[in-house]
Amino acid sequence: MPRQIYLDNAATTAMLPGAVADMLPFFTQHYGNPSSLYTLGQDAKTAISDSRARIAKHIRAQESDIYFTGSGTEADNWALKATMEAYSSKGRHLITSSIEHHALMHSAEWLEKQGFEVTWLPVDNNGFLNPADFEAAIRPDTVMASIIMANNEIGTIQPIKEMAAIARRHGVLFHTDAVQALTHIPVDVEDLGVDMLSASAHKFHGPKGVGFLYIRKGLKTKNFIHGGAQERKRRAGTENVPGIVGMASAMDWCMERFDERNAHETELRDHLIKRVLTEVEHVRLNGGHEPRLPNNANFSFEFVEGESLLLTLEQKGVLASSGSACASGSLDPSHVLLAIGLPHEIAHGSLRLSLGEDTTMAEIDHTVEAIKEVVVMLRRMSPLYEDFLQGKKPISAVKQ
Amino acid sequence: MAYSEKVMEHFTNPRNMGEIENPSGVGTVGNAQCGDIMRVYFDIDEAGIIQDVKFKTFGCAAAVATSSMATELVKGKSVQEALEVTNTAVCEALDGLPPIKVHCSLLAEEAIHAALWDYAEKNNIVIEGLKKPKSDIHEDDELEEEY
Repeated sequence: MPRQIYLDNAATTAMLPGAVADMLPFFTQHYGNPSSLYTLGQDAKTAISDSRARIAKHIRAQESDIYFTGSGTEADNWALKATMEAYSSKGRHLITSSIEHHALMHSAEWLEKQGFEVTWLPVDNNGFLNPADFEAAIRPDTVMASIIMANNEIGTIQPIKEMAAIARRHGVLFHTDAVQALTHIPVDVEDLGVDMLSASAHKFHGPKGVGFLYIRKGLKTKNFIHGGAQERKRRAGTENVPGIVGMASAMDWCMERFDERNAHETELRDHLIKRVLTEVEHVRLNGGHEPRLPNNANFSFEFVEGESLLLTLEQKGVLASSGSACASGSLDPSHVLLAIGLPHEIAHGSLRLSLGEDTTMAEIDHTVEAIKEVVVMLRRMSPLYEDFLQGKKPISAVKQ
Repeated sequence: MAYSEKVMEHFTNPRNMGEIENPSGVGTVGNAQCGDIMRVYFDIDEAGIIQDVKFKTFGCAAAVATSSMATELVKGKSVQEALEVTNTAVCEALDGLPPIKVHCSLLAEEAIHAALWDYAEKNNIVIEGLKKPKSDIHEDDELEEEY
């Protein structure tokens, strides 16, 4: 069995041993309920407020504007559903993009079913939104906009600051899903001018099952999970104390090394992209070169299918992911790849490689060699490639 | 995706992968849009026995494994026997497929039928029980709706 090269850090990351160590006492020693008045409970409460303060500082938010959730998905659901509901007397129109994460996209689709109206902004072939399109979509009844800061599949970084300023000018609230962006690119809520922002700990070496939603003071966004008085009565449920502690610890670690992580990942990413584009035929990079997450590369290899690509790469020790239908458990390829204009058969042959700070140049080189071998092998098996070599029309073109 | 060991074994070492020059029959089914295309080539002798069979597949591990297994099941058989190899038989021989991948085994059955149809047309014969295959099994929309 070859050594494993983990290039799926956009899916999840390994937890930092230091963050695990910081969490452990909160399972067995300081296990009290933060709502309890005795010291055991108050110790836990102190740990939460300390974590909240550190996290808030990293994104230049007010401490009281950080609300802990069970995931980035919950934060997205909360931001969208509760805000649209709270402001429904103003209007029922939401603006979002065609390349949101499923958490956002499916929440917006649910709102559509409840009678809200949603405008789905298109992106260009490189996966970027046009702020002018955004401004043109704003109507008198537009309540809020939600735009993903950095895309989870193709890594493109949107002009959030510019769009948030447009939104503010028109009195429209602005939410961004920063789950992939946080700790990889600068995230400063004051500078960006956003009203809400979602994040998830396990994308930056924290624990799974914990995230947060930033809600700017003064917003009417109501509680989404009803129950006790936790999180300033806005998000009920006994706090995930170890998770919150681990999230703050992991974020501290990442933010202390922000510059070196960013530089290292960018160097490896650029090397990976350059080698694949020059050494493999019939391949395209999905998502523009810049601005792009430093740890994301996404390719489409013509004539091969993504799940086969992933499974054969795994046999060579490389762990990655794909926007192919088969790999996702549905029959449709990724909506993000379709939104950037890829035909279905090309979208099926996509591969996402997401690096980490411990990825090495040798691992990238090994991965490129593995990709080259696997693509040749799968093309030898592909009737589409055979037709291409014989100069026949692509099968899909015949069918459509 | 939880695949059986047999599926992974056939995916990793596919049997009968390749082409046959001047085949007695060749059939291609599927749709690149849906992510699966299978092509089956037959070399059938004068007695109607499948002497050789090859396949090429664009698709997931289940698509490759069902192509491999289906070609194994029809190799050396008569045309009539090959017609009786159903998608259920292919699935069973692979120790089952995840529910969402069962359509891949239908594709394998369809590819065999398409190649037999081509053979029958070329030789101007009628194979009893063989219907003209649909060019694209995904025309059958109910399959997709289920998931």
